[in-house]
Formats: sequence, structure tokens, C-alpha cells
Amino acid sequence: MNAQLQPTGSAYFIEKERQAVENHTLSVLVSNEPGVLARVIGLFSGRGYNIESLTVSETEHEAHLSRITIVTRGTPHVLEQIKAQLERIVPVHRVVDLTVRAVELGSDRPVERELALIKVAGSGEARVEALRLAEAFRAKVIDATVGHFIFEITGKPSKIDQFIAIMKPMGLIEVCRTGIAALNRGPQGM
Amino acid sequence: MTGKDTQNDGKMTGAEIVLRALKDNGVEHVFGYPGGAVLPIYDEIFQQDDIQHILVRHEQGAGHAAEGYARATGKPGVMLVTSGPGATNAVTPLQDALMDSIPLVCLSGQVPTTLIGSDAFQECDTVGITRPCTKHNWLVKDVNDLAATIHEAFRIATTGRPGPVVVDIPKDVQFATGTYVPPAATQPKGNYKPKMQGDLDRIRAAVELMASARRPIIYSGGGVVNSGPEASQLLRELVELTGFPITSTLMGLGSYPASGKNWLGMLGMHGTYEANMAMHDCDVMVCIGARFDDRITGRLNAFSPNSKKIHIDIDPSSINKNVRVDIPILGDVGRVLEDMVRLWRASANKTDKSHLKDWWEDITRWRARNSLAYRPNDDVIMPQYAIQRLYEKTKHLDTYITTEVGQHQMWAAQFYGFEKPNRWMTSGGLGTMGYGLPAALGAQIAHPESLVIDIAGDASVQMTMQEMSCAVQYNAPIKIFILNNQYMGMVRQWQQLLHGNRLSNSYTEAMPDFVLMAQAFGAHGIRCEKPGDLDDAIQEMIDVKKPVLFDCRVANLANCFPMIPSGKAHNEMLLPDEATDEAVANAIDAKGRQLV
Repeated sequence: MNAQLQPTGSAYFIEKERQAVENHTLSVLVSNEPGVLARVIGLFSGRGYNIESLTVSETEHEAHLSRITIVTRGTPHVLEQIKAQLERIVPVHRVVDLTVRAVELGSDRPVERELALIKVAGSGEARVEALRLAEAFRAKVIDATVGHFIFEITGKPSKIDQFIAIMKPMGLIEVCRTGIAALNRGPQGM
Repeated sequence: MTGKDTQNDGKMTGAEIVLRALKDNGVEHVFGYPGGAVLPIYDEIFQQDDIQHILVRHEQGAGHAAEGYARATGKPGVMLVTSGPGATNAVTPLQDALMDSIPLVCLSGQVPTTLIGSDAFQECDTVGITRPCTKHNWLVKDVNDLAATIHEAFRIATTGRPGPVVVDIPKDVQFATGTYVPPAATQPKGNYKPKMQGDLDRIRAAVELMASARRPIIYSGGGVVNSGPEASQLLRELVELTGFPITSTLMGLGSYPASGKNWLGMLGMHGTYEANMAMHDCDVMVCIGARFDDRITGRLNAFSPNSKKIHIDIDPSSINKNVRVDIPILGDVGRVLEDMVRLWRASANKTDKSHLKDWWEDITRWRARNSLAYRPNDDVIMPQYAIQRLYEKTKHLDTYITTEVGQHQMWAAQFYGFEKPNRWMTSGGLGTMGYGLPAALGAQIAHPESLVIDIAGDASVQMTMQEMSCAVQYNAPIKIFILNNQYMGMVRQWQQLLHGNRLSNSYTEAMPDFVLMAQAFGAHGIRCEKPGDLDDAIQEMIDVKKPVLFDCRVANLANCFPMIPSGKAHNEMLLPDEATDEAVANAIDAKGRQLV
């Protein structure tokens, strides 16, 4: 975003953004057809929007529908544009800004969860400590040898961040995260 | 193809399906260029008479010709290209059609499905490349999906906000045998349903706001033209009923007649003083089918600071994109105007327009500045004068005008008066040099008896000059009226304003002889150098029943005014009488140079 650092006064009339930047979670219901994900993420890169997290999978097999959950960052004006631009994509059925909707429904924010697989290698004291901490975080051991563990952990992204940070000195080898899955509270669907 | 389908229970080859689907969607002309991956379709074209194929000389020409055809008829334009380079050459017209909302259906050949991804000869990822420059695109891998996909492509290209679509058809699918389904039997897939009818409460609120206005303005755009001739008629009615002044974007010219008494001329960077001042000072702005483009608004934070804004648009993403509006109305311009006119008529007190008297006095004062004035010259042809004479000599005829991009385009918009919609074809959003000549060809194919003129610049016209050969082949008597100043005039104008008059690469030192060039193509060449000869030369151009290259030698260093210079607002225009060397030099501060 170099352009925003430039002073105004050009044939391209660039103004400093005055609104505050927010994180929002969008739920995008799309036809499950070839190239649909490329259309969605191409829109984000082409128009200079941010993707903080992206999760996609088929959710209704019979109806050929997939649900894409995107965490994006922008000013309220940009977020409104993102939603309108997404709705223009032909195979996009619905776009809901879960963060906005959560407030309308009277809650703070949508329910957001992420799953991570975390490989830790070590022996002796560090290994015991890693297992003890994993229990405290309710992480499951899904693979192990005498030299390593793979933990499976589910939770809010902040909890996973914290667990990964703690595992670093315990011999953290690698991490795989799914990205955020999100729904709004209450009986209604999107 | 005739007869075969009945013999085989509706079974046809993919290539036959393509031709049948085009015919069933009302297509009469296809602009294209053959190649390996579309040969089966060309073989079918050879064996039928319903659809005429126009052989261009370059795929870009096919695209712009199809755009010109679409704009001049209100029907979708159709282009047919081969895989690889054929498809990549189509990208410029696709993006052009996307930005100007032109219904354009592009059929492309693709390497056989089994070879996709193998870097085969003339393979490219057509769907990937054209994804961001189409409204939607498809790769058809099963011949049984082909008919439905083509019908869907026409539906998406022509409905809602019109735009370009691509259907990529691998060669084995063209050969394969499958079932044809007619358009009526095809179920629209998915969730695509453009909202046509505007929200009545919003329209009512808009009418109330308009009734309370003391300094109103209507700002109309290409959406009015796209919505169809009824929308232009309703716009005229609304202007008549309300007594509001009206201005239009480059794309919207003709929807309100230039001879109409409420017409202020075009607005924006090279718009008239009265249009831009009225936009700046208005209290209620009614934006109809326009999108607050940066060439229109000038500096956004100084754009019409004290007005309430009403915005009618069929595309939700156009609303509140650049400019915040007070009453957004989502829907088709024609439908919304219908409701608006009806509600305006139903409300009382509207016959008296005395409350607008002061506003019209202001406008009359701005008009008196005569912002389009230029200094006449007896020795050299002023470019503005050339357009004025062209207008005077052709206004009574059935005329279609296209342009290239640059100074000549702005002069054409300023000095040629358009009375009807669909008569003016120009590349507004993308600004594609080389658009005008093939677009004229497309318009001429659609209207063989009409006078189709491309008002061109010497630089732009050389970008797609090869299509003269196509015009000669099809006896399409297009008139290419070149304002030849030997410069890329608009580039030079900006270099003068912003880059210390360092004319880097904007002068064409080796200009071709356009008269000889016309002869080489088998067309007619005319050169005119003196203002006194101009009328006769234009008459000759009109009378010749052949394509014409008209080399109109104009004053080399004329610049296009008025102009909203860099970083300025609508009320800070450069006017021609003020545009002395000193004023031009001081018009743009150092900051303004950085980002142009």
C-alpha cells in the first residue's frame, strides 16, 4: 500500500484512509465447481484486499455447495466493497459478514475455531514437560515415538498461538493449521 | 448441420451445437479468426448460411468490432478465436468490455482435454487468463454441457450489468457427439439473479429529495444506454418534468440530446465549465447509471461537497465504491426511471419551476465563459474546427461515431453533438488506443447503409490499422477521420503540464503516408491541410462508397481544454482563455507530478 503514503495531488486522487482497520470473518457460500476458489482469491489479490485466513470445503454434497470462510482485514468501507464484489461473482450464492451479523444477533463475535497439528521432538525433561502442557491445553497425542509427539489441538486461534509459542523451547519441529472455521451463535443459519 | 439432428435423435457434434446455439441466441454475425483448435467450428461455419463470419486480421480487432457491433445494436457481440495466441489477443477487448459494460461473448478453441496442462502447441490457460477480465467464463469439458453453457453465457453477458464472457471449447469436445438443448429448455444454474426493480420506498424518498432541491443536477452515464432506448426516453421525460440541468459521462453521451435545452455538455476532466461547476455547487445530485469514475470526480474530498446524492445502478458494488451516497437505488435504470417519472407525475406542485430560477442563472453565467472556445486559424486546421465541420456535414445523416483514445476522443465528445443513444462508441474505462477502427467496422456490419465514422488520432489508428483490409473485404465503407498532429497528443499534453515539456517518445518521426496506405489496402485516401478545403474533403469522404482513410492535418501543438488539472477540484478548472503558458506551468504543483 505504498500509494497511501504519497501526498494527495495527482491525476489519481489518492487520499489517506481515515477509518480504522478491522478484522472480519466472512462466510461465502459457493457452487462447488472448478475454479470457484480461484475466482474468490483472485478477487482478493486483484483488488488488493487482505486474506488473514482461508478455509474451504464442500459442505452440502447434494446441492454442490462449498463454504469458504475468509478472515480479512480492512476499513468498514473496504469490507463493504469486498462483500459487494464477492456477490458479483456468478457462482457465489451468498456472502455473510459473520462479524457484523454477530453484533446484530447480540453477541460479541462469531464462534471461531481452528485445528492445528504440531510436531514436537525431544527427550528427557523437555519431552515430559511437552506432554504435561499438552494435557493442560487439552491437546491430543495422535502420533508418537520415543523421540517425538504429534499433538492435535482445537480452539480459538489465540489459544493455538499460545500453545505453539510454549512448544517452541520444547523442540517444536513443524506446525500445520487449518485456518478458521466459523459460525454465528443461535438457532438461525447464515 | 441442417437435418442431421433430426436423423440422430437430437445428437450433433460439438461444432454443430456451437452453430445451432449461436443461431438460437439470435446471432447473425461473428467476428473471428481461425486456427488449429477451432477448425471443426470453422468447418461448420463453411456449411451454413445463417450466420455470417467476418474475418478480421487480428483477434483484438475481432473483439473491438464485436464491441462496436454490440454498442450500435444493443445486441451481444460475438467473437470466435483459436487457442493460445488467439485467446491472449482477445484479452484487451475483454477487459475493455468489462470496464465499459458491453455484452461480448467470446468463444475460444482449446487444445483437446487430454492435452490440457501438457504445454501443448498453442495451449494457454484461457480460463485462468481471462478470469479477471470477464464477468464469467467456462471451460466446457463435456459436449453434453456445451449447449447449456453457451445459452448461459449469452444470458450472463446480456443481463444485469452487461459484460464479457468466455466459453473455452477443447477441440475434442468440438468433434464429440452430444445432445443439443434449446435455450428455453435450459435451466439457469446457480444463484445469478440481477435485481431489476428498484425499491419503491427509496425511489419515493429520492423523488421527495429532488422536489425539495434548489440546485439540482442529473448526472447520467453509460448505464442509461445499456438499459435500452426506453431508458433514454424516460430520462428525457424526467428532465422535461423536473426542469433539472443534465450532464453526462463520456459513456452516456446521446441518452439526452445535445440539442436539448437542459444539456450542460459532458462533465469530468475535459468536461465543460458549466457541467463541472454545477456538479460542484449542486445541492442534490441524481446519478443515473454512472459510477463516479476518477475522471469524473476529480479530487474525491473536494467532489460536490454540499450535495445529497441519489445513485441508481444495477451493480451493488458500484454503490458507495468511490463516493458515499445518501439514497442508493439498486435496479435497472429503465425500470427505476419508470417508477421515478410516475411518482414525480403523481406528486403535486411540480409544474412550477420558479424555485430553480436562481440556479439556472448561475448556470447561464458559467456557460457564458464558453469553456470550449479555441482560437480559430485561417492557415492550419484546428482539430476542434475539424470536428465541428464534420458534425455540421454529417448531423442530418444516419451517423455512428467511434473514436480511438486521446485528445481527438475528448474533442469528439466536446464538439460532436449526439442526439440519440447507441450512436457513440468509445473506449471509456480502459482507454484502449486502437479501439475505434475495428469498432467502426463492427457498427458498419450491423448497419450497412449508415455512415460510420471513426474519429481517430494518428497514433491510435496505427494500432489496429490492419482491419482496413477487413473493411475492404466486406465492403464496409467505414470512414477513418484522422486528426493527424504527428504526436500522441494527450501524452504530449501531460508531458507539457507535468514533466517540464520534455516530450519523451510522444512524437512520431516516421509517419506513414495515410493516402498511400489507403491505396495499398484498396481503400480511398484523402488528405486535407487547409481549413478552406475541409468541407469539400469531408463531402468527398461521405460520398465515396468505400472505406476511407482521411488524413486531416491539424495544428500540431493544440491542447485539449478545459481540463481539471492534477490534484484539483471541479471548481479549479483550467480554461482555454486562462491557459496561457504561465497558467499551464503553475497549474500543477510539484506534488501533483508524483503519481500521474
